Amino acid sequence: MTFEARPDIPDRLTSRRADLLKSWQSLLLVVLVAVFAINSFASPYFLNVWNLSDATFNFTEKAIIALAMTLLIISGEIDLSVASIIALASTIMGFAAQVGVGTPGLVLVGLTVGLACGTFNGLLVTRLGLASIVVTIGSMSLFRGIAYIILGDGVYKGYPADFAWFGQGYVWWVFSFELVLLLLLAAVFAILLHRTSFGRTIFAIGNNPVGARFSGVRVERVKFLLFLGTGLMSGVAAILLTSRLGSTRPSIAFGWELEVVTMVVLGGVSILGGSGSIIGVVIAAVIIGLVTFGFGLLNVPGIVMSIFIGALLIAVIALPILYRRLRWRMGR
Amino acid sequence: MRLLPKSREAILLTAIVALIVAIAVRFPAFAAPANLASALNDTAILIILALGQMTVILTRCIDLSVASNLALTGMIVAMLNTAYPGMPIPALMVVAVAIGAVLGSANGVLVWKLDIPPIVVTLGTLTIFRGLIFVLSDGQWINAHEMSVAFKALPRLQMLGLPLLTWVAIAIVAGFSVLVSLTPLGRAFFAVGGNPTAAVYAGIDVGRTRFYAYCLSGAVAGLSGYLWVSRYAIAYVDIAAGFELEVVAACVIGGISIAGGIGSVAGAVLGALFLGVVKNALPVIDVSPFWQLAISGAVIIVAVISNARAERKKGRVILKQAAVS
Repeated sequence: MTFEARPDIPDRLTSRRADLLKSWQSLLLVVLVAVFAINSFASPYFLNVWNLSDATFNFTEKAIIALAMTLLIISGEIDLSVASIIALASTIMGFAAQVGVGTPGLVLVGLTVGLACGTFNGLLVTRLGLASIVVTIGSMSLFRGIAYIILGDGVYKGYPADFAWFGQGYVWWVFSFELVLLLLLAAVFAILLHRTSFGRTIFAIGNNPVGARFSGVRVERVKFLLFLGTGLMSGVAAILLTSRLGSTRPSIAFGWELEVVTMVVLGGVSILGGSGSIIGVVIAAVIIGLVTFGFGLLNVPGIVMSIFIGALLIAVIALPILYRRLRWRMGR
Repeated sequence: MRLLPKSREAILLTAIVALIVAIAVRFPAFAAPANLASALNDTAILIILALGQMTVILTRCIDLSVASNLALTGMIVAMLNTAYPGMPIPALMVVAVAIGAVLGSANGVLVWKLDIPPIVVTLGTLTIFRGLIFVLSDGQWINAHEMSVAFKALPRLQMLGLPLLTWVAIAIVAGFSVLVSLTPLGRAFFAVGGNPTAAVYAGIDVGRTRFYAYCLSGAVAGLSGYLWVSRYAIAYVDIAAGFELEVVAACVIGGISIAGGIGSVAGAVLGALFLGVVKNALPVIDVSPFWQLAISGAVIIVAVISNARAERKKGRVILKQAAVS
């Protein structure tokens, strides 16, 4: 039986949540415009196409992982090992570059390591039925730990010259390869999630895994594929980041898992699974990137921004709950 | 029902003893009482934090903010000490516990009153607390010479052959054993995690119990903040960064189920000791300390797999089906 996705059928039976999701996206857009306006008032350097183009590097790599993470979180699982996958992939790519592997080989290595890590997580979660949060806390230590074993306190440099294009190159005018790739992948993920039967099964699994299984969805297989997805996208991010930095240390991308999860949650995806949209996550990624960039222009230290990100993460989940309660109270 | 957790602790104890014996065969000095005592002292803070984390995990929650809480409280206490060197150390410890409990209660309120998933709350407070240290200290370090002599001396005080730090850990282990097995609150932790719906019918306030678990976890994190800063005689933004994972690892290795309701004080302590022995053994057998992260990751995964096996045997699924029909 084919199951066609129709936009007029809400993701959840309670239409109020679907309404909230819609209003959430419009709210995000308002916030985005506000951030843009405040930034352009606060700093004279903000409204410059090249500066804005630079600003996109703040979020492109993380947003690419956030796309795959969105699908995984909607299905009710989570992957906290993504940043460590970047570290491991980048380290092995550095090792490969050291022994003389060329640019196409390095890309292949990065993607393969990402897929292998995703397979590892996916098998543990789906075959052994383990909780993804503990499994990926474990593999988070394991993957980065392997990077430390290989590299210690050393550093890999000396990537081939043409390898730098992925992280530093421009496709056309101010549009960097990273930004174009993000937009392309966002379109692919949006179609996959919102316009295919595979996407519908992800929502079904997130809302009710038992019900989905009784409806003939191969829950384990879908979840396994989604773990492959976060692994692969982490591999892609590893290629972009390594190419942009031009060097690898085992501490690379430390703490990124938090920022990726923040993007996804800020984008209106329910952390409990079952609802969310790609466009919301993309807007959220742009907001976080522009805020970070704006703070940077105003010389606010990075760790102070992390207070903001942490507070944002909590506020974003707390506000809809408070709003719903308020409405419920007013309705009585 | 009680047989399985017990056998699990026996397995862990055997593993720890086997590890020590295996290393002692080649490096006899490793098993010398003095060396084992210092390994225990090195693990004291991990044991304390693991016990706090255990109560949170028992209620089906998780507290990832403990290391940031530790660092923030440690920084505040160190700043207090530099500003008022005359302040008695026991008073400072009370302040540390109080600050830690307040920080923990912030997690607790968000989980209790707003129903925000624990992982999100504590990931958020993890970064917020860490950022606050920077705001408070302006990124400055507080070095050994700025701290008072008494401040640094307390954890090193020898009593009956063991440093006070170890005694504090032993006292807290004793306290948690009593709390968990003999008080209504301790039993409520298990009830809430084992079956929240049944706990409500038994007259237990699930949210409030979780709140208390977070306060407890925060309080011991605050105390550990003082112990950490005074023991290593330094306070800066990044102390104990990432330590929360080691704490969760100790609990998981100790057989505390992340799904809640299953675990024991002995398990948490043995889990922490296992990590402590591994950490202390690596330099002895001449393995680079860079291996430690990967080893603890691998051990977490192995422990999670064996936990899942143990829980499955218990027949949770049957209970669930009975509840549905």
